Amino acid sequence: MQDEAHKPYTEGPMHTTTPVIDPGLTFASVTDKISSIVLKRKTSLAWFFGFAISFALFQLMLLAITNLLFVGIGVWGVNVPVAWGVDILNFVWWIGIGHAGTLISAILLLLRQRWRTSINRFAEAMTLFAVAQAGMYPIFHLGRPWLMYWLFPYPNTMGIWPQFRSPLMWDVFAVSTYATVSAMFWFVGLIPDFATLRDRARSKPFQILYGMLAMGWRGSARHWHRYEMAYLLLAGLATPLVLSVHTIVSFDFAVGIIPGWHATIFPPYFVAGAIYAGFAMVLLLTIPLRRFYGLEGFITMRHMHNMAKVMLATGLIVGYGYIMEAFFGWYSGNKYERFMIWNRMHGPYSLYYWALILCNIIAPQFLWSKKIRSSLLALWIISFIVSIGMWLERFVIVVTSLHRDYLPSSWGMYQPTQWDWAMFIGTIGFFFTLLFLFIRFLPMISIFEMRTILPEAEVED
Amino acid sequence: MEREPTVQVTDTHPPGHRRHAPPLYGVMAEFENPTDLVAAARRVYAAGYRRINGYSPYPIEELSEAIGFTHTSLPLIVFIGGLIGAVGGFFMQYWMEVIDYPLNVGGKPYNSWPAFIPITFETTVLCAAFAAVLGMLVLNKLPQPYHPVFNVPNFAMATRDRFFLAVEANDPKFDHAEVVALLKSLGALEVNDVEV
Repeated sequence: MQDEAHKPYTEGPMHTTTPVIDPGLTFASVTDKISSIVLKRKTSLAWFFGFAISFALFQLMLLAITNLLFVGIGVWGVNVPVAWGVDILNFVWWIGIGHAGTLISAILLLLRQRWRTSINRFAEAMTLFAVAQAGMYPIFHLGRPWLMYWLFPYPNTMGIWPQFRSPLMWDVFAVSTYATVSAMFWFVGLIPDFATLRDRARSKPFQILYGMLAMGWRGSARHWHRYEMAYLLLAGLATPLVLSVHTIVSFDFAVGIIPGWHATIFPPYFVAGAIYAGFAMVLLLTIPLRRFYGLEGFITMRHMHNMAKVMLATGLIVGYGYIMEAFFGWYSGNKYERFMIWNRMHGPYSLYYWALILCNIIAPQFLWSKKIRSSLLALWIISFIVSIGMWLERFVIVVTSLHRDYLPSSWGMYQPTQWDWAMFIGTIGFFFTLLFLFIRFLPMISIFEMRTILPEAEVED
Repeated sequence: MEREPTVQVTDTHPPGHRRHAPPLYGVMAEFENPTDLVAAARRVYAAGYRRINGYSPYPIEELSEAIGFTHTSLPLIVFIGGLIGAVGGFFMQYWMEVIDYPLNVGGKPYNSWPAFIPITFETTVLCAAFAAVLGMLVLNKLPQPYHPVFNVPNFAMATRDRFFLAVEANDPKFDHAEVVALLKSLGALEVNDVEV
């Protein structure tokens, strides 16, 4: 990794047409430009406007949670037979979005994809904030959320232990480990940049704040050596972790015996879907952000093309998953499985199924065209459609399988209530609240990693 | 030293009037680019100095090689962390489900080990990641709010676009005049004493 990391990024025919970063950048200009967003640039009205809207929606989430705690789980539309409604759906949706951040920061680091450097910090922040939203849903779905600590194995007066054979327990460990490791990975990545901000800050409170966060980082060669090793090992640990997390999320379904859930395709199909949704969200957020903060020199069209290609590839894997689901339904010869797939396509929720096919399979096909990949507006719209599509996918999986299972006498219909929507919109508000605070107070592009890909970073013999 | 009639808040021992020279941490040279720094570090190392250290705004692999720092026990620490996580995670479940509170769930064996693997994996990764982060911080002796090198004028540029090389005073070969002369001969922009 380190041999390659310090070579300038100029070789090859592709790089001359679309460079990974603006070739005119220097150590000084990279440092000053990124740190000035945090330290010098006047906070714009647009930032306050966006923050205010997000914060207002965040209040809606608090209202929805308060109502839920006060009245009970009945305020949501969940009931037998559909006991997992949009809350579990939203859990899967949010955590899937988070996975792109880990993919960009860890897997692309191991694959030596240096274009990741411009977007990994931002994508990691997105991961962390999305996991924060995801984690709330299963907790508030518990019915008695104030007893959530019962999920952890701690010595208690009841003298019992959690049931470790259940995928729901695996979920507790997977999501909490994922949140912890993502936070550590993110913080470790920030330490040298905190030092940069400490040395650039002009006001005392910020010097102290960033100084404490930097923990006395001084860029010593010995420190860098261990730091790079720690970062590489963390990337190596986060890579199987991210795959395990969505695998375990898919086990929540696949270990159950509900028709349409009990399938071996689930783990890879869920992981691909998570990356697909996550890259859509990264594009959705970076396209306006780079424009607004003038970061076109750092996040170039090269990044947009690459992310669009990853989206297309994972979209095709997801499409393969849908085809296999239908094929298994037919090939299993099991009448319940066959009915399940027929019910998805022709039952009361068929509109959701066909909308999902349109959003997740048809829409990304436009990304084959270089012209469309080069149009930011088209990319943004496709990303938006994919985000909706991935939400619909989880709706179809959760609801259509549950609402009609083995016994027609226990069939039912499911409708999310206004409180379900309030919670969902509220978590979007919370997500953007955290994101707005992040871009205002922390460097949204990793400054020290940007320095490593500059031409002047090369040591000449 | 004459006392002023009025109270003055100044250094009571301005540099020229110090009774004892302050203890020296070392001598620090400033360079303009990574190539000069690495070349200088190689020369200083070749001259026999071992207590030397470079400071740069981003990781430079050649630099840690040039100062003779190529080994870190961090991978071993992370491996041990992962091992503790794996063994601890599995036997936590084993002890709870088999020994302390055996519960028959659908006729499955008490030690239904395949069902314990996902959590074992998660605890392995968690402990290894903690070992990586805490190990890196402990080996680097961070957090460390004060360090003598921060006294060097212009050292704030070490997090922007300047490169530094320090020869520490506890090097057995350290001789102030010799080190200053050597560093000056290597194209340093500036050479400063670093006070403790």
